[in-house]
Amino acid sequence: MGINAAPTAGGEGFLTTTVNSVANWGRKNSLWPMPFGTACCAIEMMGALASRFDLSRFGAEVARFSPRQADLMIVSGTITYKMASVCRKIYEQMPEPKWVIAMGSCTCGGGPFDSYAVVQGIDEFLPVDVYIGGCPPRPEALIDAVIKIQKKIDIEGAPIV
Amino acid sequence: MSNFSLEQLNGRLESYIKSSSEFRGETTYFVAPAKIVEILKILKEEFGFTYLVDLTAVDFLGIKTPRFEIVYYLHRFGEEYDENIRVRIKAQITEENAAIDSVTSIWIGADWLEREVFDMFGIVFKGHPDLRRILMPEDYDEYPLRKDFDVRNREPSKKSFQKALREGGY
Ligand code: SF4
Repeated sequence: MGINAAPTAGGEGFLTTTVNSVANWGRKNSLWPMPFGTACCAIEMMGALASRFDLSRFGAEVARFSPRQADLMIVSGTITYKMASVCRKIYEQMPEPKWVIAMGSCTCGGGPFDSYAVVQGIDEFLPVDVYIGGCPPRPEALIDAVIKIQKKIDIEGAPIV
Repeated sequence: MSNFSLEQLNGRLESYIKSSSEFRGETTYFVAPAKIVEILKILKEEFGFTYLVDLTAVDFLGIKTPRFEIVYYLHRFGEEYDENIRVRIKAQITEENAAIDSVTSIWIGADWLEREVFDMFGIVFKGHPDLRRILMPEDYDEYPLRKDFDVRNREPSKKSFQKALREGGY
């Protein structure tokens, strides 16, 4: 964002920028995650959201259990094929622009469950932006992923819709 | 129900029991599948085995015939500590006639247990009030815990998933 603070007679400044950069600056600092926790990783996600690690320090303020109010889906936990259609449905219900974090080995590639019911990576049916490995990853890793999403929004942005 | 003894039980069930075995103080009875409701009713009403701990099945494909064993774990809450008794009832059924009477008339809690066995082994429980799959998608067409099912075969699951996506269901 280009900020030009030009002194004027009254001492007030003004800014020149683009609508896109202002919008992206707002988006990246007010991510509202939709926690989609289905297994053990969800416990670490709760840890990251709670006071000890406090994800809200990084601008991912309030976890929204309504997909209509969220723009960042954190899929944490084993996803079975039966759950996959639900997960996809919830993703579709989120308004654009939206991002997805795949948290944990299970969401990245099936984790320890090479079985008939478990999806071997949620990128089979969702566009994932950031993958976090680990079984489970620590809360710091989730915070790191959120910061990566913020960087991604900053660099690539999202079209104004 | 005091003065309970396994001897009594053995005497009462003598005509039903095909064979029995003992392992570390636990008794297992093999019984005829056709009489299962009758036997479990006697155990519950006359001997105080009020609690159906679990109901499951085992597939012995390639190990022994008949192929399936339905297993009932019953618990009896006694007045004295040593009157707390657990018994295992097993009924063997064949692959061709993979069906047995439902015990939901005795324990309503058997409902979901029998649905799970149906879901995983394809064993039909006659007289069950609502015999649908409980874990796998309803249009799933395999029985995952049967030994001739490849546990890594994701194709049937994918098929159900694609259908759910197309039709907007879950
Ligand atoms: S990656 Fe590990 S900790 Fe996370 S949901 Fe899978 S099994 Fe559980």
